[in-house]
Formats: sequence, C-alpha cells, structure tokens
Amino acid sequence: MTLDTVKHAESTPDTAQPWAELGLKDDEYARIREILGRRPTDAELAMYSVMWSEHCSYKSSKVHWHYWKENTTEEMRAKMLAGIGENAGVVDIGDGWAVTFKVESHNHPSYVEPYQGAATGVGGIVRDIIAMGARPLAVMDPLRFGAADHPDTKRVLPGVVAGIGGYGNCLGLPNIGGEVVFDDTYQGNPLVNAMCIGAMRTEDLHLAHASGVGNKVMLFGARTGLDGIGGVSVLASETFSGDESGTASSLDPASRSSARKKLPSVQVGDPFTEKVLIECCLELFREGIVVGIQDLGGAGLSCATSELASAGDGGMRVELDRVPLRASGMTPAEILSSESQERMCAVVKPEDVEAFLRVCRKWDVIATEIGEVTDGDNLVITWHGETVVDVPPRTVAHEGPEYHRPFARPAEQDILQAATPDLLSRPSTPEELRETILAMISSPNLASREWVTQQYDRYVRGGTVLSQPCDSGMIRIDEETGRGVAAATDCNGRFVKLDPYTGTQLALAEAYRNVATGGATPLAVTNCLNFGSPEDPGVMWQFEQAVKGLAEGCRELGIPVTGGNVSFYNQTGDTAILPTPVVGVLGVIDDVRRRIPTGIGNEAGESLLLLGETREEFGGSEWAHLVHGHLGGTPPKVDLAREKLLAEILVAGSRDGMISAAHDLSDGGLAQTIVEMALIGQTGARLVLDPDMDPFVQLFSESAGRVLVAVPRSEELRFTELCSARGMPWRKTGVVVPESDALEIQDVATLPLDELRTAWEGTLPALFD
Amino acid sequence: MTAKVGVITFPGTLDDVDAARAVRHADREACSQGRARELEAVSLWHGDHDLRGVDAVVVPGGFSYGDYLRAGAIARFAPVMGEVIEAARNGMPVLGICNGFQILCEAGLLPGALVRNHKLHFVCRDQWLRVENTSTAWTTRYEPGAEILVPVKNGEGAYMADEPTLDALEGDGRVVFRYVAETCSQGRTMGAANPNGSRRDIAGISDPTGRIVGLMPHPEHAIDALTGPSDDGLGMFLSALDALQGAAA
Repeated sequence: MTLDTVKHAESTPDTAQPWAELGLKDDEYARIREILGRRPTDAELAMYSVMWSEHCSYKSSKVHWHYWKENTTEEMRAKMLAGIGENAGVVDIGDGWAVTFKVESHNHPSYVEPYQGAATGVGGIVRDIIAMGARPLAVMDPLRFGAADHPDTKRVLPGVVAGIGGYGNCLGLPNIGGEVVFDDTYQGNPLVNAMCIGAMRTEDLHLAHASGVGNKVMLFGARTGLDGIGGVSVLASETFSGDESGTASSLDPASRSSARKKLPSVQVGDPFTEKVLIECCLELFREGIVVGIQDLGGAGLSCATSELASAGDGGMRVELDRVPLRASGMTPAEILSSESQERMCAVVKPEDVEAFLRVCRKWDVIATEIGEVTDGDNLVITWHGETVVDVPPRTVAHEGPEYHRPFARPAEQDILQAATPDLLSRPSTPEELRETILAMISSPNLASREWVTQQYDRYVRGGTVLSQPCDSGMIRIDEETGRGVAAATDCNGRFVKLDPYTGTQLALAEAYRNVATGGATPLAVTNCLNFGSPEDPGVMWQFEQAVKGLAEGCRELGIPVTGGNVSFYNQTGDTAILPTPVVGVLGVIDDVRRRIPTGIGNEAGESLLLLGETREEFGGSEWAHLVHGHLGGTPPKVDLAREKLLAEILVAGSRDGMISAAHDLSDGGLAQTIVEMALIGQTGARLVLDPDMDPFVQLFSESAGRVLVAVPRSEELRFTELCSARGMPWRKTGVVVPESDALEIQDVATLPLDELRTAWEGTLPALFD
Repeated sequence: MTAKVGVITFPGTLDDVDAARAVRHADREACSQGRARELEAVSLWHGDHDLRGVDAVVVPGGFSYGDYLRAGAIARFAPVMGEVIEAARNGMPVLGICNGFQILCEAGLLPGALVRNHKLHFVCRDQWLRVENTSTAWTTRYEPGAEILVPVKNGEGAYMADEPTLDALEGDGRVVFRYVAETCSQGRTMGAANPNGSRRDIAGISDPTGRIVGLMPHPEHAIDALTGPSDDGLGMFLSALDALQGAAA
C-alpha cells in the first residue's frame, strides 16, 4: 500500500476520499482543501475530521457563547485564573490555593459499553485536571438512566456504576456526590457525566502551550493502540447508529478487504496506568520541568499536537513513527486518531529531557520524545522521514466550522405549558397523604442512592467532610487551616423541558443552594449541557435558552462560568432526551470544621425552621411525574436574589454556630427533606404544618429557594432575628425529638423511622441486586 | 527517641497518605497525654531493599500493581517486601490494611486469602467491628469486646480459609476483629453484619505472636469525626506506640 504523503496528495488531487464516512459535510471538506491548497492526505483528513467533529469543535454551540462573555463582569473574572478554552477552569480560593474543576459527558460510549464507557469518562476528566497542573482530589458523577424497571436499565446502570467505581476507586479519588435520575427519555441514551475537582498552589498552574523553539515534545503514558478510533466523530457526534467499527475501516482503505480485526470505538481503560501517570505528572510538576502539558482524550494525538502547537508561539514537528504502539501495522491516520487512554503530551526544554525520563522511569511510565517546537508556522508530522501532515495547527484546533443552526420555539411548547397539573387529583385525607409520602420516598427518583454510592470509595485521601447523601460534597484542601471546597451538580430536566430558560436557572439555583447548605460560599460554575440533535430547531431553541438562562443567572449571582462541555445528539430515534443542562457549582469554605451536616440529632434540643416561601408549584414536580405520569405547566418560580440571600444566611449561620443541620428542599418537597434528615440522623422529629395551607401543598410542592434547618434551641432567637432582619421568610415547622423513633407530622401521620427506612432504602437493591 | 512507623508505597497504593496521617494523629494524641516519646511516619518505597531503620511497618490499602493477577500477588514480590518479611519474622510489628492484608496473606505472613465480595460489588460503608483480641501489638488500647466504627471499602474482602485453619484461628484467639451489626439507639440491630461474605464474620486476624495483624477495614480512615465516622481507629496506632515503647523500656 502507498503511503499517502503530502507530496503524493499534491500529485493525486482527484483521489476520492472518505470524508463523508468520517462525518464531514461537503462544504467542510471543500474548506479543508481551500486551507491546504490541495487535497488533504489520509492522515490530515483523519485529523480534521475528528477535530472538526461536534464533540471537539463545538461547531453547533459556539455561536451562542457570546452569552458567557456578555454576562461575565470584571468582578466575576477577577476570581478566575483560567477560564473557558483551557482544559478546565481554575479559580482562586484564597490562602494561595487554586482549585480547578470540570464536568464532561461520556454518554454514548456508556450506552454501548457501560463499564468501559463510564470508566474512561472518569479517566478523561481526571487527565483534564492533571493537565492544569493540579492534583485531582475528588470526583462526582451526574447520571441519567431510562425507566428504573426497564430490562435494559438493568444492563446499563450496574455497568456504569461499576465502571465509575472500578476506575475512580483504583485512582484513589473519593467520589463525593452526583445524581442518579430515571426518565423514559434516557432509555436509549443514558447520560454519564463525570466531574473532577483538583487543587494546586496558584503558582503551579500549567497551561497547555508549546512555546520555545527547540523544546521537545514528549509523549508519555500508555502505548497507542487501535481502540477508540473515531470515538468522537462516530459516537459523540452523530445520531447513534450502532455501527461501531465503520470509521476504523474508513481510515484504513487497505484493510477493508483484509481480515484484520477491528476494535470497538469505545476505549478500554486501565486505571492503574492512570494512577501512576498522575503521580508521575505531579512529580514532574514539582521538579519544574514541564513547559506545557496536554492530555490525550477525544481525538488523541490529533487533538494534543494541534492544540499544543496552536496555543504556542511557533510550529511543531512530530515524528509519528516514534510513537510506542501496542498494535502492529497501524497507519499514520490511525495513530493520530486513536483514543487509547492514559496518555499525556508534554513540552520540555532540551536540557530537562533526561530529568523528565528519569521521573518517568521511577514510575515505570513509558516516555518518548516524539518531536520538537519549531520556528515555522505549521504542524508537520512525518512518518519514517516522509511528510504526511503539514497544516496550520489553528485551522485544525480552533478554526473549525461554526454553524448558525436555526432555532425556534416549538409550537408544542404552548400546549405543554397549558397542560398544567392543577386538575390532577390530589391526596387529601391523612391516610392518602401517608400513602403518598411512602410512595414518593420509595420511588426510584427519590429512594436512597446508597446502592450506587456504596460502590464508590468516599474516604480515600482522608479529606472528605461531606459526601452523598448530603446536598453537596465537601473536601478539605489544606490540613493546617482547614480550608476546603464544596461542590454540587444539579438539573431537573422536566423543569428545563417546560421552560428551558427558567429550568436552567433552577438547576443553577439548586446547585448554588446545595453548596451553601453545607456552609460553603458559592464561587464558580461549570456545566455539561446534554441535549438532543442540534439539527432540530426546537432542540437548538432549548439550547439557546439554556445558555442564556445560565449566563444571565450567573451574572445575577455574581459567580463566573469557568468552563463547560456540550453533548448533542442525545436521542433515541427522533425522540430527544429531556434537555439536561447539568450545572456544577463550586464553593469555598475557610474551615471545613464548621460544615453543616444533613442529619438531625446533633444537638440536645433542636428546632426545625423552614426558610423560604412555599407556593403551590407542581409543574414538572416529582409528584406529578410519579403519581400521574404528568409533565406540563410551568416550572417553579426562580428568584436568584432570594437564593443569594438564603446562601448568605446559611453561611453566616454556619460561621456563628447557629445551624446544627440543614437540607435543601427540591425533588419531592418538604416530605422528602424531613424524611432524609431524620433517617440520616437516625433521630425522630415532629412537624407542625401551617393550618392555613393545604397539607399536600406544604408536603410536596417543589418551590425553589427553600432550606429546612435545624437550629439549637439556644440559638433560635438569634437566628430568627437574623432572618427577619435580612428579609428572609421563615417559619418554625417543628422540633427534633431525640427520644422518638418516628417522624410525626401532626394531624397527618406518624411514620416509624423503621418503616421509612425500609421504604427509602429498599428500592434500588430490589431493582438492581 | 522517636519510634518510626514505615508506610510502604507500591505503584497503585492509595491509602499511604492516610496511614501516615493516622500515625501523625496518634503522635499528637500521645503528646497530649504527656508522653515523651513521639511517633513518626517514614515513607518506604516498593523498589528499595531498605526499611530505613523503622520500628514498625504499615502496609496500606490501595490497588498495588493494579491488583493484576490477584490482589497482593505481585506486591508480595516487591523488593521492600523481602525486608518486611524478614523483619516481621524477627518480631517487628506489621499492620496490613485492606490491600496490605491481602499482601500479608500472599506473603505467607498470615493464613487464608481474600476473595471477591459475595455480591461481587465494591462495598464502601461505615462498619461496626468487635475487637476480639486486645493483646496484639496493634490492639492493646481497646477494651475486650469493644465495638468500634470504622470504614470498610473493598471489592475483594471476603476472608476465606479452610475449616481447620478457621478453627485454629478461633482456638488460638487470633481472630482480632469481627464484623458486627449496627445497633440503633432503641437497641435493635440494623442491616447485615457482614459486608462481604467473610467466613465467620472475620474482619482481621493476627499471626501467632500477635505482632503481625491484617484487617480489611480501614482504621486510618477513623481518626477524627470530621473525615471519618469516628476516631475509633486511632487506638491501633497508639497500641503500636505502646508496644514499641514497651520493647524499648
């Protein structure tokens, strides 16, 4: 077979190329020819096709990114050490510490192969954090699945959970939270999002760039194989067809007729290799011998070399034949597009190469010098001395296509909003309310997540202060001062479906509130925007509204969006998932010893106070969904100024020791919140409902901006005076009864904790054990 | 004189930082009790034939060498383990936690083996243990029969041995920790006692001298109520301090 060199490409302009099979549109292929002034070589075509994929280029979404820019004030920007465009956002948390965090999706691979898809999702986000120069400290996983009792969910969920645990546990990263949500729309398209948090001293921040002519390009970590070829272009970027090996063969025309075995597009992870790679990178950072660093994730070496080169100040030359391989006979195009896991690429000064190799040897990490930074403009890649790639790197990494996809509010939106839950039949007698409470807490969406979280190590590294089932995860960063961070991810896709703008702000509000409920001050935002096909104007409208809502909401709260991820084409056939813009909020706490726990019973006498206002809001609620299978109306009202005040009160209450427990009200309303506080604290309580309001509304409404707090009796007056003075509505809703082993809701029901526990804890084991 | 506790790091070891922190906490605790002698954590590298003059060794948890082949099977052959085995046979106190317990079994310092959990899942939970033997080098600080709350987290934590071995362990008092069920404030037991299917609910055992102890649960994750479920694990490290001080006195 002839090697398709640049020279060969110049002399054979009319050779037919498989650009369509690689996911490129005809105008995109024409543009590549225009940039290069000739047809691309096989290797160049492979690079452009993966880098211009939806997953890597954000071609459908970036037209809406102006919302981030317009809504980030100087004050918000001041806290950011690195923002959108870097591997992960970085914020200053004080005392010389910088924290980096990011969420990414690994949805489609996790449907094809749940264990490896989820495992490599964790691996990829962790490498993004290392590439910033930080030590990864914790992970959390927002997950969405189809119906809990659907047979395929029994295939997908246990595999995903085992994969997250299998990889993350072996890396030694505590898993401190996340979400598990079930909805029919995710049946053929589960969402597996992975978030990682890392920390470093502010002076240790590393950005991905390749500057300094003569500096060496080092590839280190695992060998490169045939796995995951075309993963981003096939799995992540097009409507899912189930044909997993199509792209691998189009990259290698010669092999179509051969009997060569193709590997699936889902990568296979090796967490042990990643663990030593983490330690190796951190030691390299400590030695100060890394000029620039980039992880190899989606699009592999194509992405790493083009991004490093385009962020630097010169060109780059790479000798592709030096890349250590784990399969024989790989073509240059295959090597460039392989998504083999656990690989990193670093730029190192020539005089530091020996030291670099010494550290890698210590950790038994394979390291190879594959090229150097040049004073040219182009990224030049050779194969045994012959040039197979010669491209301006920015055209690959940053100047991909940008689509102005049409977007329009769908006509059905009015019909959806008109179908309010007002006429749904409601429980009214004490017996009916009692049955509803038990049905709600044992429903798949509200039941205990312990079956899942028990498979994750939450203790490793010894810094976990809060984790599931708390509202947020919290870890200690500095053992001397106790400074730490908290994080939460949230999204109620039903709210977003009913009103994408408000629904996304509700996701932001909930994550923000969850961080404050633990006692931390919200600081920055990341996101993972999971939507259906961008080719559907209705989906694009949801997306545009979500981005606008999130950006404007962040401005109102005064916390910046530091980065994010977009995942399109999440649908089964023509049916899109519920729009699911998962919002992650990071907060800082100056001393984790003052964190607010979730369970009651920490003090001798505690009063229960409900902060915020309860309205009759059931559009998109868990009750309407579970009991009536109903989705319609409008989502709860969002009041971000109120959320901000609520957060300030929670932080002040934590700082002054006025709050002994707190839990936010969200899915399932007050009933769910008090049941969880009682069960987690293993302590009884008595609730006294407002006689002037329907008990059903009080127990199950999902009005935003509310938190139930337990306050030591000695602090009650001081705390309620603080609330009144700040204009925060509050109502004394009950008391903690340490000697009782029941939850009594006066005039409604007395529910023994044992009965509640059986209902709450039994559901997921019964479904998945 | 400072008593030195070595903490081994293999490639893939995870809880070495936690074991070292537990040693530091125990030192602080001892000092606050007016003790003169200090405890110091010393890190040991898997590839070195060198125990760096330590007085005791902790083989910590994690996934040494990725747990490839079988948990602990490769780590047992690491250069540093040759030194540990020799020192242990000469009476040096050695504690194996989780993967460390698996390694000590693979090394033949403790009998039996750890296999996949009975439900085949990784299990991380707060676990009650009863201290069955308070005369080992690592357990003298506990009251006989004391129940302690310590995290357990493993995928291959089911303790297995043949019946004669189990009978001998029981008969010789070498079952050091046993899984017990949680008792709620109203006196009822809650949930299952045994998290992984271990024979006879065994969580930890010792060698005949009581100097070498291995257990699946993680005492180094129970050193304060902020980051763990209790501070019940600290007693193991304070016990070692007593043992080392007794030996020096």
